[in-house]
Amino acid sequence: MNRQIIKLFAFIVVLFGILIGFTSYWSVFDAKNLKAQEVNRRPLFEQQQIPRGRILAADGTVIAKSVPEGHGSALRYVRHYPQGALFGHPIGYSYMKYGQTEFEQFHNGELTGEESEFGSILDQLTGKKQEGEQIVTNLDPKAQEVALHDLEAAGYGAVVAIEPSTGKVLVMASNAPYNPNKVPEKIEHWNQAGVEAPLVNRATFERYPPGSTFKVVTAAAGLESGTITPETTINSPGMIIDEGHELANDYNQDWGPISLDTALTNSVNTYFGQLGQKVGQDALFETMEKFGFNATPPIDLPESSVLESGVYDSETGKMLTKHDPVDLARVAIGQERLLATPLQIAMVAAAVANKGKLMKPQIWNRVINADGSVTKRLSPTVYSEPITAKTAEELTTAMEGVVREGTGTNASIEGVPVAGKTGTAETPYSKACGGGTEQNQGWFMGFAPANEPKVAIAATVECTTQFGNDVAAPIFRDVAETILAGE
Amino acid sequence: MKSGARNRELLALIPVAALLTAGFAGVFAQDHAKLGNASLVYGAYFFAICLATHIYLRIRLPNADPYLFPLAALLTAIGLVMVYRIDQHLARDQANWFVIGLILFALTIQFLRDYEVLERYRYLIAVGGLLLLLAPRLPGIGQQVNEAYLGVKIGPIAFQPAEFSKLAIIIFLASYLRENREVLVVGARRVLGVTLPPLKHFGPILVVWGASMFMLVFIRDLGSSLMFFAAFLALLYVATGRFSFVVIGMVMFVLGAWFFATTVPHVHERIEIWLHPFNDPLESGYQILGSIFSQADGGLFGKGFGHALITVPGSPSQTLLPAAQTDMIYALIVNELGLFGGTGLVLVYLLVTARGFKIALLASDGFSKLLATGLTAVFAIQAFVIIGGVTRVIPLTGVTLPFVSYGGSSIVANFVLIALLLLVSDRARREAVEPGGREALALGAS
Repeated sequence: MNRQIIKLFAFIVVLFGILIGFTSYWSVFDAKNLKAQEVNRRPLFEQQQIPRGRILAADGTVIAKSVPEGHGSALRYVRHYPQGALFGHPIGYSYMKYGQTEFEQFHNGELTGEESEFGSILDQLTGKKQEGEQIVTNLDPKAQEVALHDLEAAGYGAVVAIEPSTGKVLVMASNAPYNPNKVPEKIEHWNQAGVEAPLVNRATFERYPPGSTFKVVTAAAGLESGTITPETTINSPGMIIDEGHELANDYNQDWGPISLDTALTNSVNTYFGQLGQKVGQDALFETMEKFGFNATPPIDLPESSVLESGVYDSETGKMLTKHDPVDLARVAIGQERLLATPLQIAMVAAAVANKGKLMKPQIWNRVINADGSVTKRLSPTVYSEPITAKTAEELTTAMEGVVREGTGTNASIEGVPVAGKTGTAETPYSKACGGGTEQNQGWFMGFAPANEPKVAIAATVECTTQFGNDVAAPIFRDVAETILAGE
Repeated sequence: MKSGARNRELLALIPVAALLTAGFAGVFAQDHAKLGNASLVYGAYFFAICLATHIYLRIRLPNADPYLFPLAALLTAIGLVMVYRIDQHLARDQANWFVIGLILFALTIQFLRDYEVLERYRYLIAVGGLLLLLAPRLPGIGQQVNEAYLGVKIGPIAFQPAEFSKLAIIIFLASYLRENREVLVVGARRVLGVTLPPLKHFGPILVVWGASMFMLVFIRDLGSSLMFFAAFLALLYVATGRFSFVVIGMVMFVLGAWFFATTVPHVHERIEIWLHPFNDPLESGYQILGSIFSQADGGLFGKGFGHALITVPGSPSQTLLPAAQTDMIYALIVNELGLFGGTGLVLVYLLVTARGFKIALLASDGFSKLLATGLTAVFAIQAFVIIGGVTRVIPLTGVTLPFVSYGGSSIVANFVLIALLLLVSDRARREAVEPGGREALALGAS
């Protein structure tokens, strides 16, 4: 019987080998996948036991911190946001039950202190406890406060301010705001359908018709493609017929033959409509895409809180490309089905301000580990170069005219040259605005100082009866002044 | 030789006691943030109890295998530390069961020194074993756990009869096969290239098969059913040397299990959960998913003692690993000690198995050989069935992890199992050193 006993033992060795094989599969080889399973709440609970890193504003103001509750195995850290609603956007929130959103979600890895596989094995051997890293952002609390305060006075909308030379996001404000400390009590209420939608970051996750602010993109395409020079004149009557429909100037004003400066300063629709047609769809769309349209915005926010900008076909839910049929003249003046996020418009302003180089907009600045040393630091990167420095200079000149003597005079700051562009997109019957006929999307985008730009800003207010110059330009001015004063 | 074996046993017990002390100290430090002397006291008690058992073995079974008892003590120590880490009160129960288990261990050695006596009562033992299996279905004393009828409760005493009936059934099978193994082989015929045992001896095989199918359907204990039948096939193979019998048995079991899996809802559900746990992740699939998620959490080295999450932090009533102290203790061990810890534990079971089979190899008479083989096989298969269930190799069942899972029946029954193995071992090794020993013993018995 001994031979059989030895064979039986061999069989049991095989069985136990299978056990070790399966254990290895679950604990090591498939572990990453299992941890990512939605029904696996364990990683969430464990994150709660790790002191999550703080989030700081550029000046050291604490935006988010973790406060311990309970002790022993019941110990957990709860997120607290000392600034209340001020940074609800773009920081988002982090709760075990509701997960993370926005910045908290995008930077979850650093905030929970997840290191590379090798590092964590070493840490396990040395018994080091995981600890979150803190992140210093580029956000400017004073300017953020001004932006949010102005927005609350003007209406729902958003403000984005970027440092053109680096892409640092200095302000990202969205009205209606929400207080992330109140998420557990109020999230269900906030998620109910309604106009307010405070959890929506309107700066990145709402698309509006950009209106005349888009004329800067059209002008850029015209200059870049050589279709026009600043001196080229285009006869701009009170109205033109485009695809069988009237495309008119304000008050049907006939401007005659005018050059770019005059056209932009006075936001002449018939000039830009014809320019768009001359430039052609290919060149216009290529310029748009270089400015960031038709792509996920390159910002450090999760995909769930950013939207692409572009010509949006609401029936198919797709962005149209240069091959799709569009009403080009109306796209060129920022209408048709063209939609843009405030972030996208700020990126256009920032690219012009930075001599044609579009820097990747980033909210974070540096990551600091538990020992206090900087482990990662933002190195500004060029996203694209949509226009040459020469084109940028020509556009800047035209945009200065807008603020000095054109449609955007309310944006002017004493002693500082400002370049900008207004926008007033008509949004009649808009469901979001309650269906009125006199509804506009008011815009202002620009940068200051025009000769040596320190900040590029887009400000927009939805469902307003006023013009961009009345409702958005003052917000631009206040935010720009605050940022320049802090320099 | 005599004192050599026992000295090795004593030496092996010291690291076990040290491990237990370190484990308790680890859990204690984790929980209380400061180390008290309690863990040292527990370690000292544990060592004292093991030492007493060791001295008893030195007197009664001086030649017995020196590693089996330390290995059992090691498994118990691992179990005690893990259970202590889950709940101190449960650990106290478990420690009491450890002492009671050792008392039964000593009593077995005391009164079954001539264990051939078991052969005489084999049918009585078999009937007793089957009655034990039936007990959980009896009204008044039967208890249903997770839909399976696993427990019996008489007054204040609750136990799992399957743990004890496995001993009875192995004793019966060892004795029955010792007597009939030649007949089974000699009378075998080849039909269509398959060797079949003679029809009249096929009966008992059918009985065992029927019993395991009965367990599957009426006791609803897939785990024990699998364990008994696999142990039976292992014994049948060792006794007859006919692999074809094993194949026939496996085919019969698979056909039966498949039939019931498609017709009996609760068996079907078990299989479904095993194959598709993500179909119902919050209800029926919750436990097995909890198991693999906690293993994933453990990784290569584990979270460390006391660091794994068993319940939702802050709300102790919401469990993340249901039945952590019993069915799922292996998952918890992988969670806290990692793949290395889990592998280590499996290797300890493999060492027990190796020692058990070594005893069977050394044993000279058929009954001793088959008894040692059967006891070892059922022990190894039990460990495989529950670890396999926890790691999704096979459907999850409610079998205990020998010596490690919380539960008195398991500890007590398995210490009796080890005692029987040591009895066989003592005689086998004594005969090996004293060439005349066998005849002397035979004379003495007659």
